[in-house]
Amino acid sequence: MTVSGTPASTGPASVPHLDVDPFDMTFFADPYPTHQRLREAGPVVYLDKWNVYGVARYAEVHAVLNDPATFCSSRGVGLSDFKKETPWRPPSLILEADPPAHTRTRAVLSKVLSPTVMKQVRDRFAAAAEERVDALIERRSFDAIADLAEAYPLSIFPDALGLKAEGREHLIPYASVVFNAFGPPNELRQQAIARSAPHQAYVAEQCQRDNLSPGGFGACIHAQADEGAITATEAPLLVRSLLSAGLDTTVNGIGAAVYCLARFPDQWQRLRDDLTLARNAFEEAVRFESPVQTFFRTTTREVELSGATIGEGEKVLMFLAAANRDPRRWDQPDSYDITRRTSGHVGFGSGIHMCVGQLVARLEGEVMLTALARRIAKIEITGEPKRRFNNTLRGLDSLPVTITPA
Amino acid sequence: MPAITFIHPDGKSDRVETSGGESVMQAATRHGLDGILAECGGNAMCATCHVYVDESWLARLPAVAGDEDALLDGTAAERRPNSRLSCQIAITPELDGLVLKLPERQV
Ligand code: HEM
Ligand code: FES
Repeated sequence: MTVSGTPASTGPASVPHLDVDPFDMTFFADPYPTHQRLREAGPVVYLDKWNVYGVARYAEVHAVLNDPATFCSSRGVGLSDFKKETPWRPPSLILEADPPAHTRTRAVLSKVLSPTVMKQVRDRFAAAAEERVDALIERRSFDAIADLAEAYPLSIFPDALGLKAEGREHLIPYASVVFNAFGPPNELRQQAIARSAPHQAYVAEQCQRDNLSPGGFGACIHAQADEGAITATEAPLLVRSLLSAGLDTTVNGIGAAVYCLARFPDQWQRLRDDLTLARNAFEEAVRFESPVQTFFRTTTREVELSGATIGEGEKVLMFLAAANRDPRRWDQPDSYDITRRTSGHVGFGSGIHMCVGQLVARLEGEVMLTALARRIAKIEITGEPKRRFNNTLRGLDSLPVTITPA
Repeated sequence: MPAITFIHPDGKSDRVETSGGESVMQAATRHGLDGILAECGGNAMCATCHVYVDESWLARLPAVAGDEDALLDGTAAERRPNSRLSCQIAITPELDGLVLKLPERQV
């Protein structure tokens, strides 16, 4: 990796060019030194490998997220520019949309996943967390990814959506395709898309009104079509957004929290001493590990950003994870501190596209960490954690642990 | 610069000096005030920056917008007629002396 001071033939001269590939296996294995180089190289950088601009400091990531008129989402939030390439699936009506279209669909999902709705599902989510911890205490030694981080959201989220029991094994593989597809045309993306047909077929089918049980989030979205908020053809695609973004993200979020608490026993002890810290312990894990590492935007006009001029139609890669550890914004950014004031981190994004499911994620994280800390004295990592590779998501494939009940 | 007084549920109060161009929530979190969580960072999505506005100030604040109204139904502590989301209150010179009560809980 080099940082060249001389202007290259592509891209403007004032922007440092880096030959970093942020979608490469060696990068995924340890992204932190590269995040630091990206931040220190300048407020805006250019990545020659994929011909995109990059922002890795908090201030610029936050600025790009909060200027959707200039940095749009409708040309795709992955590397692929929908103006030049056909999207691999029909675009999302919310994630890959700009105002005013976005405003309408966003209002629907905000209503379906509102704080009021969270109050209604809270007891159910908490009871399921207790049940999961009961089962883990029986086992003593288990894989904290498969048996906890995956098993818990799988035990509540598909039911909360109102999905049928059959075929749920497609959910995580489908999400994995979606998040790989935001990346460049590397092997991860190509293979994921090549194998996606059965998962896509399952998802398309489950988004239909008849397949969603009454009272669930899915049925609530379809009910919004009766109200005239969206059309009947839009409703299934909005259900699809929850199937894409609502499960694997929380798997990686809960996985991140458990991995942090297992690695930093002092923080685990603090949590055990004060269970009201559970919600912030989860939030801090979302900052610290940033389960969603990156998203792109596309410029709608020539724009100046922190001294750099970016032309129209350029892709800009936002390193959410690097912003979440930018020392310009955070004290001791590389330490996991469950009492930190986490407000303002960009692990859930910021601005009009900020995660519409953030309340679901926090609820799952809070009730799970509360149940764990109440019942378990110690979590020990008993084997080498294995990483799972994805172009957008950061998380583990397995985390062998042994617990000591309280 | 306008100053705002926050009254905690136990009756203790904190006076916060604000700077221009920020929201009440931002001023509070910048001062490390306990009692305002602001989990969504001011994006009007979480309802964890809930405050009760002192009655004498209520009429002087800009009206509650549609988003804020819907979110206020989901506050952890009881919603009252004087409930507001502090991230939706922009600080202006006229708000110097504003008094806000903090709810028992934000989540
Ligand atoms: C820890 C878990 C999660 C993380 C880290 C996360 C992260 C994110 C991020 C960074 C964005 C912003 C995308 C952008 O700016 O382009 C986003 C948007 C979104 N998230 Fe999440 N998410 C999580 C959980 C969830 C859940 C549980 C759901 C559904 C129940 C969900 C549904 C969505 C949707 C539909 C959007 C698009 C919103 C829009 O474009 O307006 N997410 N999420
Ligand atoms: S900070 Fe989230 S609604 Fe005000």
